[in-house]
Amino acid sequence: MPEVAHALKIERTEDGVRLKLSGRLDADAVAEIWDEALGAAKGKATVDASAVEYCDGAGSALLCELRRRGGGEITGLRPEIAKVFELFEGYEGPDVTARKPVDSAVESLGRAGADFFQDLREQVEFLGEMLVVFFSFRRGATRLRWDDVWITFERAGVQALVVVGMISFLTGLIMAFQAAPPLQQFGVDIFVVNLVGLAMLRELGPIMTAIVLAGRSGSAFAAEIGTMKVNEEINALNTMGLYPMRFLVAPKVLAGIMVTPFLIVYADLLGVAGGFLVMLLRGFPPPALWQQLTSAIGVHDVLAGLIKGFVFGGLVAGVGCLRGLQTKEGASSVGISTTRSVVSSIFLIVVVDAIFAVVYYVLDF
Amino acid sequence: MSDDVIIKVSDLSAGYGDTALLEHVSFEVKRGDVFVILGGSGCGKSTLLKHLIGLLPPLAGEVLIDGGNLASASGEDRQKILRRIGVGYQSGALFGSMTLAENITLPIEEFTTLPPEAREAIAWTKLKLVGLESFTGHLPAEISGGMQKRAAIARAMALDPQVLFLDEPSAGLDPVTSAELDALILHLRDALGVTFVIVSHELASIYAVADRVIMLDKKAKGIIAEGRAQDLRDHSKDPFVHKFFHREAI
Repeated sequence: MPEVAHALKIERTEDGVRLKLSGRLDADAVAEIWDEALGAAKGKATVDASAVEYCDGAGSALLCELRRRGGGEITGLRPEIAKVFELFEGYEGPDVTARKPVDSAVESLGRAGADFFQDLREQVEFLGEMLVVFFSFRRGATRLRWDDVWITFERAGVQALVVVGMISFLTGLIMAFQAAPPLQQFGVDIFVVNLVGLAMLRELGPIMTAIVLAGRSGSAFAAEIGTMKVNEEINALNTMGLYPMRFLVAPKVLAGIMVTPFLIVYADLLGVAGGFLVMLLRGFPPPALWQQLTSAIGVHDVLAGLIKGFVFGGLVAGVGCLRGLQTKEGASSVGISTTRSVVSSIFLIVVVDAIFAVVYYVLDF
Repeated sequence: MSDDVIIKVSDLSAGYGDTALLEHVSFEVKRGDVFVILGGSGCGKSTLLKHLIGLLPPLAGEVLIDGGNLASASGEDRQKILRRIGVGYQSGALFGSMTLAENITLPIEEFTTLPPEAREAIAWTKLKLVGLESFTGHLPAEISGGMQKRAAIARAMALDPQVLFLDEPSAGLDPVTSAELDALILHLRDALGVTFVIVSHELASIYAVADRVIMLDKKAKGIIAEGRAQDLRDHSKDPFVHKFFHREAI
């Protein structure tokens, strides 16, 4: 640490304030004397820098600020220091225009509304483009990259089996644990099987699977495509005539649509198994549980979940790809796209599930 | 290590894992010099640079920067050595979510106790040095590639390093911008006494700025020529060096 006490002396004269700087003006010394020096330099001040031996960037910044605030002369600088200091002629203080303006509440609301409708429009456009690409596959006009479909199928499906299985099994188990005691008070705890079976097959199996898919695969799609966008790989594909919707998005969306129903069946089985485990521990024999389950659920319940699976799979994969394609510049933008992918997917999963609930109710399905 | 030598590389083997791209490399860099490391693609220029700045540990030998060994130093000692150096990466490597001023004030905020207005004043002076003082509030994405490289040099100088390492600063720049960057390097060397270690294979830039060059070769796994660029061009007997400086196919 330099001898800071000697770096600044303040003399008040009839003409104003005279600051005498000495020693090493480096970051440590400047940090110590900054406030005192600038406080004294308000109004007319002259600076005697003849005893300054060394001046780094921080020292130059102090001299710039003293010249700007004090308006007086800086005298006595050694030639080698003066040579550098001359480079900084014209400093006019921190650039307040450089700071990002803060929107008012009304402006923020307006911007959020405009962004929402812009995003909605882009989602509709994306859906339209996706349908065009799929119809072009059907007509044989373009070729689907099946290798990419199977790779995505494996990554999003096979590699997700452990996490989907654990979550579903524990969900069924927790539901049974929570439901059994109150139902037992009425002597109908066997109906826990109905509850777990119906809830898993119609709602929780599809929803939990879709949420895991959104957090695991949708976010990965967004990050992968977003990074490609930042690295101009998307531009490269476009200029090579490889349409990103066909080349990147379609295989992922198709794999999502194909893999999700399989995962849902798997989630249903393990969820029901979790419920059965609790009931077995409570002393119910397996044949009674199986009979209760088969009497409570039908094929239409399985189908109700599977139909959702096709929609959720396409939705999660599509949103992930769309958010990736919407990535702007820089690493932080990839992070934002990934977050938006997960949040949008989960929100849309719940909205679509609500729509399914109404439609199934109306159709008595 | 004599006083006028700021970097001393002794018997360095450089590479990744067990694979040495360079073996038994020794050289010294004098204070205030513009020292250029050149060679063909894949000869280990950037790898050597990574060893010099402590991103890779030497497979053998040592690198001393102003007497300090980055590979063996830890904690505060390592920080002290790192404060003496600045690095400008090939891509600029500016933080995309920060303005140019924020890119520069970040290390100052972390390593000094200077107040915010002092940090902003320093950022302005650094950007002024590279001619970007009117872009303090711009994001890196809002300026050109050449400006990003200049901003990266300004950031590398934030803590007033004694040595600036630049990885291919002229790569991808038009001749005018490249010449401006060369002028900036010489200006900073002359005005601030900064030592430059530059990895490059841009001949025009090398002739313009280099006080001394070393030339690396993939087959030789080391230095095959050393001296002034013009001397190597005019007098080297090594066929690869001759072809390199006369832009002839190998």
